[in-house]
Amino acid sequence: MSHHIVAFKDVFFGYPDGTEALRGISFRITHGESVGIVGANGAGKSTLLQHLNGYLLPTSGTVIVGDLSLSRKTRQEIRKKVGVVFQNPDDQLFMPTVFDDVAFGPLNLGLDEAAVRERVQGALNMVHSLELRDKPPHHLSSGQKSAVAIAAVMAMEPDILVMDEPAANLDPKSRRALINMLKTFKHSKIIASHDLDLILDVCQRCLVIKDGLLVMDGPVAEVLSNQALLEENNLELPLSLQRG
Amino acid sequence: MTFDQKYFDIGRLDRLSYQDTFMHRLDPRVKVIATIFFLLTVISFPKYEVGGLLPFFLFPVLIMTVGEIPVMFIMKKVMLVSPFALFIGVFNPFLDAGTVAVIGGIPVAAGWLSFLTIILKFVLTISAALLLIATTSFPGVCHALRLLGCPALLVSQLLFLYRYIFVLMEEAMRMIRAREIRSFGGRGAGIKGFVRLTGVLFLRTVERAERVYYAMLSRGFRGDLSILKRSRLEWKDMAFLAMTVVMLIVFRYYQVTEELGCLVQELIR
Repeated sequence: MSHHIVAFKDVFFGYPDGTEALRGISFRITHGESVGIVGANGAGKSTLLQHLNGYLLPTSGTVIVGDLSLSRKTRQEIRKKVGVVFQNPDDQLFMPTVFDDVAFGPLNLGLDEAAVRERVQGALNMVHSLELRDKPPHHLSSGQKSAVAIAAVMAMEPDILVMDEPAANLDPKSRRALINMLKTFKHSKIIASHDLDLILDVCQRCLVIKDGLLVMDGPVAEVLSNQALLEENNLELPLSLQRG
Repeated sequence: MTFDQKYFDIGRLDRLSYQDTFMHRLDPRVKVIATIFFLLTVISFPKYEVGGLLPFFLFPVLIMTVGEIPVMFIMKKVMLVSPFALFIGVFNPFLDAGTVAVIGGIPVAAGWLSFLTIILKFVLTISAALLLIATTSFPGVCHALRLLGCPALLVSQLLFLYRYIFVLMEEAMRMIRAREIRSFGGRGAGIKGFVRLTGVLFLRTVERAERVYYAMLSRGFRGDLSILKRSRLEWKDMAFLAMTVVMLIVFRYYQVTEELGCLVQELIR
């Protein structure tokens, strides 16, 4: 039954100021796939991500998550399936302590106290941050903050993990730790980033967005080695492919 | 004091509250109740009762010692807000001119006593509040308030205030630095620049609020900021509360200083 698919069918979205951010995007992501979304600044990546858990609703077209079609009525259900990790952990970690923050999602799912504690423990263990439990977020380093932000989302046990620039603000070692961690997750993953090496490492498939349109959809190695396409989209070959 | 220093000063009070001493380990609820009780007792003294108030300094002194809170730090904070109390009481000696005592041939107006009482009450209440914050993490205080029946909305506001004041101050700090670097002490450093800077800071805050709200929604927020309770009342908490309350009542209804004085006089004789 619950196949964790995500499907966009001819999705349009315009902001109230008249900007057409998405202009007819269609794709389908199946269970367990890792998909990278790349594109120039302002191409529509963030707008697209905000449709994935119903923060924005398409002006026309349909978004399907699992077996639900996104609408005002279904978005609460969809939010339980899709976990979104934000670019800036300070926006994501809004509770006064790490524990409260990670517990926030599970509590809203209506779990009882013992189950919540278990979820928090499990999620913090997964990102190797259990010892940060009682700290307030403003005492954490950027790397710790983003680890905790991921734990906060994982604690809800989402079917689909969505990340916006997960490695921005991370030092190389924390970035590498994040990549290794992402590889161990069995979820469907959708990652928007300018860090093409990260996408090459973590994802199997890559979508390129330009001016609200999907211009390329294919296996990651193929897409990210297409120099002409990348340069058209203000991108560059991933460093790991430049050496060869 | 520059903005940077101010920022780290607030940060220091916050850091103090994460120490691990007997005072810090007490359940926040008993500390909140004890503080409220202390405040009410101190305020309840009539306006000429200078002697009765003095023993109450025992409490802040004890808490500072047990909680390892630097005295000077708290003193400075108290001084900072003291002008309010000074202005409230400064005219008392002239308005309330009846003589209560003659010391060395100079008559002392009753107003001086009430002025002194205001100052003492002010120092006691402010330091009690500061010490509560310095020995209890702010989230702890908020949880305690919630458990003691404070409205959920108010407690949520306080929690957000605490969470984002540091983020906001860091943002302001970055902007102030950027301005200073490019204004060379001339134009741009003045009030006009400040007004624009505040405006931009406000807009950024609005945008951030929107992103935070989005983050809350994506984790299932539906209007209630639920929090797991974290602490249980233990015997030591109850003992602390009971002892504080008993001592406060004794200090309120017995002239402890007077009785001590009498006792000492007896011994000398």
